[in-house]
Amino acid sequence: MSSTLAVHGHGAEHHDHGHEHHHHDTFITKYVFSQDHKMIAKQFLITGITMAVIAMILSLLFRIQLAYPDKSFPLLETLLGRFAPGGRLDPEFYLSLVTIHGTIMVFFVLTAGLSGTFSNLLIPLQCGSRDMASPFVNMLSYWFFLTASVIMLASFFVQKGPAGAGWTIYPPLSALPKAMKGSDLGMTLWLISMVCFIGSSLMGGINYVSTVLNMRTKGMDLWKMPLTVWAFFLTAILGILSFPVLVAGVVLLIFDRSFGTSFYLSDIVLAGKVMPFSGGSPILFQHLFWFLGHPEVYIVIMPAMGIASEVIAVNSRKPIFGYHAMVYSLIGITTLSFIVWGHHMFVTGMNPFLGGVFMITTLIIAVPSAVKTFNWLATIWRGNIRFTPAMLFAIGMVSFFISGGVTGIWLGNSALDINLHDTYFVVAHFHLVMGSAAIFGMLAGVYHWYPKLFAGRLMDEKLGYLHFWITFICAYLVFFPMHFMGLDGVPRRYYEMTAFPSFNKWMSVNILITWSAITAGLAQVAFLYNFFSSIWFGKRATQNPWNANTLEWTAPIEHMHGNWPGEIPTVYRWPYDYSKPGHDADFIPQTVPLSETMSSNLPHDFEDNPAGLEQYNAWVKAHKANEAVK
Amino acid sequence: MGFRKFINSKKVLSLFAAFMLLGTNALMAQTGASGSTAGAPTESKSDMWMGVGYYVLLFLLACVVIAVIGKILKVYDLALKMQGKKGINWNNILGVFCLVFLVAGLYGTYWSFTVQGTQILPDAASKHGEKIDVMFWVTLVITTFVFVITQILLFGFLFKYRGSDKRKGYYYPHNNMIEKIWTIIPAIVLTILVVFGFFTWRDVMNTTNEKGDINIDITGHQFEWLLRYPGKDGKLGEVNYQLYYTANNNLGVNFQDKNSFDDLRADTLMLPVNRSIRLNIHAQDVIHSVYLPHFRVQMNAVPGLPTFFKFTPTVTTAEMRHRLDDPNFNYLLYCNKICGGGHYNMQKVVMVVTESEYQEWLSHQKPYLNDQIKQELHLAGASQQKGAAQNRIALNN
Repeated sequence: MSSTLAVHGHGAEHHDHGHEHHHHDTFITKYVFSQDHKMIAKQFLITGITMAVIAMILSLLFRIQLAYPDKSFPLLETLLGRFAPGGRLDPEFYLSLVTIHGTIMVFFVLTAGLSGTFSNLLIPLQCGSRDMASPFVNMLSYWFFLTASVIMLASFFVQKGPAGAGWTIYPPLSALPKAMKGSDLGMTLWLISMVCFIGSSLMGGINYVSTVLNMRTKGMDLWKMPLTVWAFFLTAILGILSFPVLVAGVVLLIFDRSFGTSFYLSDIVLAGKVMPFSGGSPILFQHLFWFLGHPEVYIVIMPAMGIASEVIAVNSRKPIFGYHAMVYSLIGITTLSFIVWGHHMFVTGMNPFLGGVFMITTLIIAVPSAVKTFNWLATIWRGNIRFTPAMLFAIGMVSFFISGGVTGIWLGNSALDINLHDTYFVVAHFHLVMGSAAIFGMLAGVYHWYPKLFAGRLMDEKLGYLHFWITFICAYLVFFPMHFMGLDGVPRRYYEMTAFPSFNKWMSVNILITWSAITAGLAQVAFLYNFFSSIWFGKRATQNPWNANTLEWTAPIEHMHGNWPGEIPTVYRWPYDYSKPGHDADFIPQTVPLSETMSSNLPHDFEDNPAGLEQYNAWVKAHKANEAVK
Repeated sequence: MGFRKFINSKKVLSLFAAFMLLGTNALMAQTGASGSTAGAPTESKSDMWMGVGYYVLLFLLACVVIAVIGKILKVYDLALKMQGKKGINWNNILGVFCLVFLVAGLYGTYWSFTVQGTQILPDAASKHGEKIDVMFWVTLVITTFVFVITQILLFGFLFKYRGSDKRKGYYYPHNNMIEKIWTIIPAIVLTILVVFGFFTWRDVMNTTNEKGDINIDITGHQFEWLLRYPGKDGKLGEVNYQLYYTANNNLGVNFQDKNSFDDLRADTLMLPVNRSIRLNIHAQDVIHSVYLPHFRVQMNAVPGLPTFFKFTPTVTTAEMRHRLDDPNFNYLLYCNKICGGGHYNMQKVVMVVTESEYQEWLSHQKPYLNDQIKQELHLAGASQQKGAAQNRIALNN
């Protein structure tokens, strides 16, 4: 019980659904400076969706440039002004678009939008706690995130435009304001925004970890947690351990830019002027950046994995196959992800011996990833699959994870990476494995937990199907051909391909990719319409619309502070008792004690419970005796 | 009957919208034609908005069509239920979709491999590149196999086990044996790839300086590559960025070093075939990357951290032109690390020629230490002496 007492007990005192009756809820405290984890989750989600739409539009802009390098679009000049003189993107603005697209998608959408939303929503609801460990810090986390978002977007309104050195902002390009337009004020704003963002991420992460560790309800031991919570928990640990390193990297970069230090700079002659920097190393920044940067891609994909595991199990009406293996593989990925960062640097001048070492660690991390994939396949096998939109997106996540994952074996191999580094092959790889896969995980989560986000409403299924199929097919059409461009040695971040006659053969492919991207972009309108209209007009959901086992579906439909009226339910079993033989329904919620389901219990259910096992054996014996008598 | 009327009215509406759009389209074509002849700015502006409006309308039409289809489905579903039948079985429909996607996807993959796959780089034109290519094909076969099998299983299972009310899922929470198998098999396959890759990588990268290597200095700055060849002594003179004080000595060559006296400038990266080349890679301003995809060579150029890449070209340009049946083909070197606005066009032509052609070409290259630099050095020397003299005077005071 101590775990449930740790939170303020508003909900426990008010047994009516207490939202609108709540004594000190004004508009400001309820919707703006809310400390309720469910509201903060919604804030994260809607901000994340907004940022995703912006970043998607940016990507369409540069895709248009790549497909039609010789055409001018007067509309672009009308919209972008000096960034698109004569209706054609400025080459440096093109790089800014690429940079901000990457930054927003990786950090603002797939880190904050994904972890921020679902960790906030699901950790208390699935662990059975009234709120986060520190609701106030949780609120701060959102406001730091919003500040970071605003600063990042504000950089579009400065004279020389936003940061343009790529989302990895390698110095010296990012450190020398004269090296490109984007390295002027835009880069300063990028760095400030990033520091705010990391603050947000750390506050969130610390909250998630402490909530999971300290505030689980009675009976909810670690091995009874749903895989979603496991994933959020390990993601938060990863974030806490790796984000501070990026702060260090970013702060030193700020010093180099603004205070004349030489942490990353040495031997520089810029545009015929000898610069006074000496003794620094650009490679140092890359080490610091990728020490976060690589765990970051797992910060992005692990919540998606957790969500997919849960959604697939629920909708296959089967327990997740190899629950322990799933958890251990997550732990394995978490641990290994700290020692693989060098695979981003095989050809950056890092000592080749290190390259060999990082190749070994990198390919080892493919093992837990493979185990996860096989376990998902085994979960679907002989299931009774319900194609909800959430299920489709979870499947899409698995499909993308496979397609993008196998190419990781190429890029993780330092010998192959020599020719593939920084080509479209890399673009294809990470957009599939962490971009599309993670966004599909996120969308699966949105469709699945929509009733928990917006009290008891459901999103429209048919529009969900439409959204899924168009997005899924178009994402493959966009990223699959890019592999071949990469194998032809087409470098990424090129403003146009026309300078190289040998790239002309990819022109038609570029046009296909652009139109697929535009189609996929338009398909998101179906999602946005569905998402926002369902808030008010969505179909009413029952308390447990998916017949799921986890704890959040035992909470009342209407949101309330403290999540459950009265006492928090106790947990008696793992969350994956779907289609258990001997039980009439095809699901047994975690709150149903084993004593109520004697006919379906298995010896396995009493693994750490010798007393229970004894009872079970006694029951089986008695049952057998009864049968014999009959 | 009410439903039918509703559908009909929607259909009428959509027909109307289509009609409107066609009209706009025709209008568009006309204004487009007249706009191109007149070309007045106001007219092109209105053209632009017309075009935007056209696409917006087209999109809205698509939305209407989708809404109509959605309504029809809903009505059909309701009608079925009213007749006491079950509604539309979405599990079946989507299961079939999965199967269709699988077949179409597999065909698409096959098509991609056979059509786009033929557009990839030709076989490596360097010695170490051949090893990398072997690695490439092995990895390609393994990963394609895994990719195809897992996708078939994924979408096949989705079709086969699509939901029905009559069945229950099969309660199968774990099987340690199977899990061990599919942990160990990938581990073994990956170990093979790692070992193979590790030795390939070591062969490519762990090179030593040997006699007979041709050392070529390549220096990147925004947005071009500069080349320096050694002269008869086969040695390159030292460079020091601080000596960059004029545009003539833009590599910052140190002329205190005797080796620098006979260094040569070059415009093309000319390489003799079957000779070991050591590219010494420098950058002056930001990070660039020397990328020679045909030779499977890539190494970043990092300011303050000279790097190198050693390789042996094996196919001359003429031979490659013949092989690709493209008389205009040229090996190219491009920058492959984002370096600023001109990044997309920072290229250098690479020629691989026979030894004799190479020597012939080399003898025509101009020395780095040209008359202008000599003049500057002389002046600089003079001013330095002057400066020193002044110092002495100052000290005497």
